[in-house]
Amino acid sequence: MELVFLLGFPVLGAALLGILGAHRRAPEINAALSLATFIASCALAARVIGHGSLLFGDEQFFIDPFNVFLVALTAFVGLTTALFSRPYMRVEVDHGRLTPARLRLYHSMYQLFMFTMLLALTTNNMGLMWVAMEGATLSTVLLVTLYRTPASLEAGWKYFILCGVGIAQALFGTILLYVAAEKVLGAQGMTALLWTHLDAVKTQLEPTVLALAFVFLLVGYGTKVGLVPLHSWLPDAHAEGPTPISAVLSGLLLNVALYTVVRSKVLVEGSLHSRLPSVLLMGFGLVSVVVASLLLWRQRDIKRLFAYSSIEHMGIATFAFGMGGPIANFAALLHMTVHSLTKSSIFFTAGHAAQKAGTQIMEHIRGLITLSPTVGWGLMLGSLAILGVPPFGVFTSEFLILTTAMRDQPWATPILLAALAVAFAGIFSKVQPMVFGETTGRRLPHAPALLPVFTHLAIVLLLGLYIPPYLAEWYRAAAHLIGG
Amino acid sequence: MTHIPLAQQLLDTCAALLLLLSFAMLSQRRVVTLVNLYAAQGAVLAAATLLLAWRTGEDHLYVSAALTIALKVLFLPWLLHRLIRRLEVYWDTEPLLNVSGNMLVGLVIVVFAFSLAQPITLLASTATRGAIGIAVSVVLLAFLMMITRRKAMSQVVGFLSMENGVFFGAMSASYGMPMVVELGVALDVLVAVLVMGVFFFQIRERFDSLDLHHLETLKEHE
Repeated sequence: MELVFLLGFPVLGAALLGILGAHRRAPEINAALSLATFIASCALAARVIGHGSLLFGDEQFFIDPFNVFLVALTAFVGLTTALFSRPYMRVEVDHGRLTPARLRLYHSMYQLFMFTMLLALTTNNMGLMWVAMEGATLSTVLLVTLYRTPASLEAGWKYFILCGVGIAQALFGTILLYVAAEKVLGAQGMTALLWTHLDAVKTQLEPTVLALAFVFLLVGYGTKVGLVPLHSWLPDAHAEGPTPISAVLSGLLLNVALYTVVRSKVLVEGSLHSRLPSVLLMGFGLVSVVVASLLLWRQRDIKRLFAYSSIEHMGIATFAFGMGGPIANFAALLHMTVHSLTKSSIFFTAGHAAQKAGTQIMEHIRGLITLSPTVGWGLMLGSLAILGVPPFGVFTSEFLILTTAMRDQPWATPILLAALAVAFAGIFSKVQPMVFGETTGRRLPHAPALLPVFTHLAIVLLLGLYIPPYLAEWYRAAAHLIGG
Repeated sequence: MTHIPLAQQLLDTCAALLLLLSFAMLSQRRVVTLVNLYAAQGAVLAAATLLLAWRTGEDHLYVSAALTIALKVLFLPWLLHRLIRRLEVYWDTEPLLNVSGNMLVGLVIVVFAFSLAQPITLLASTATRGAIGIAVSVVLLAFLMMITRRKAMSQVVGFLSMENGVFFGAMSASYGMPMVVELGVALDVLVAVLVMGVFFFQIRERFDSLDLHHLETLKEHE
């Protein structure tokens, strides 16, 4: 029942907001629907905690501790982003960058995007998962081009074509998986793509075909995770789209894409008895961390800067999943959570900062702290949190990942540490003058929504200081499911 | 000589035609002709699906053949032609296309595709498993086409042709995917083309052309 609500509210919302159009209260309706979705996700999470894994709808949907925590996180960030976008998008309309008619598209697609992500997370069918992932691209591509500037059209086209090609590879991987599964589970089985059934017979699946399938799935879904060298759409799409979309792309879509990769990895590893999936994940992860931390230095646009930081953090999580084992998986899940919360809060403040300064070029954003202490401090604290400064949760997860790496993969530790240091210096040296220094900005007609920013940061801080036992138990159960 | 059933021979002919059409697309400069070639590829795909349905007696293959005809032979080519007329790009050609070079790379790709398909062919138990190599070739040739084109419309046709290849792969390796997945994929392809249509108009409105060299300014800042 919760699941019906969870998936029903966003669909209903997309239709409703599409019909209502440029209604004066559309942003509030958007937020209310997101709240309803979030409540449904909490109810679902409560049920999974109480009863364990659940199967719904003729086994087409499957909820276990691994995905239910991502469902709750997705719905939560979906809600806070909707709250943030309320004043933000109004300011954009006032500044003449948007027409009210385009807000209709924006709100409707926002809900549709939430639906596709929740579908990708909850479905048990690897084929439907593919459909939902492709749907997530399609629903956001017109949002990236919302401003219709030449740069945004270019970003949108790149996003569309690169992710389209990537997702075609993933479809091929899914087919290979199906071919291998059909041998074991019987032909014409509707069950041959159901993850739970595949998981049960994974040791009997033909290894060569599964290895091939994993390569295609990793390249396909990895494009959406933003793994280097498949990342080139990511900074453009983040920088040129409206800020709420950057926040949900970075905070949610990348997580969901990584989730699909991990789901595939669990199956392939069971069949292969070799380290191939682990090695591939660690390799892609490490390359992403290193390349992104170097490219950070060359950025001038504030949203591009943090987009590269997202690639870096996704690389860290991918690397941790590659190492495997209970601690690394635990740390990777924690890292996905804190990164998603911190990065979306950074995009919120960066969006407000760019609105105040009238530009996204960092050299022209100065003295945020005098202009608006809350925005300034929000950006500063968010940056410190994402850089892994101690009391915040990112520190905890990175610390766990590094210590595990020291034990299991000692060769990788210096590379990771060096990349983290480079990223630290790169981001800090750019954020510091933006926050302090002489001001150049202006006041905005709508007060910025800073509640989401500080809520996120507070949770990240809390997770750094103290992980509640039930949450730790939850992560542990999820880490156990991923295997290791 | 061993006797090969007629349906099998026809199926092999279809597979060969698909590969031939992929090469034809690879060497085609005119955008309109590309769309026609895409429609022809869809028709061959539908014929292969029908033959396979008739031979194996799998009912769901009839449905998926009907879906292929409706979507890939009729609706999408019609939509693309309409877009070409509305956007007035009827005479658009790819000026910088090294046809002979493309052909040579294409040949290498086909050899590579067949070696890639080897383990899948060994595993699959379908009568059509010999065609898996062709399916992989079609996917990779479409990929090659996408990276060598400068016109938005040709890239779209490349994308769609890639989907044809994936679909043919699913058919020859396992007689298609479960129906719910096939429907979902068809829906996604349909929405993708509609979104692309909207996109084309936005690009046109901004640049007065569908040439992608306008879309190459977002480089890393040196």
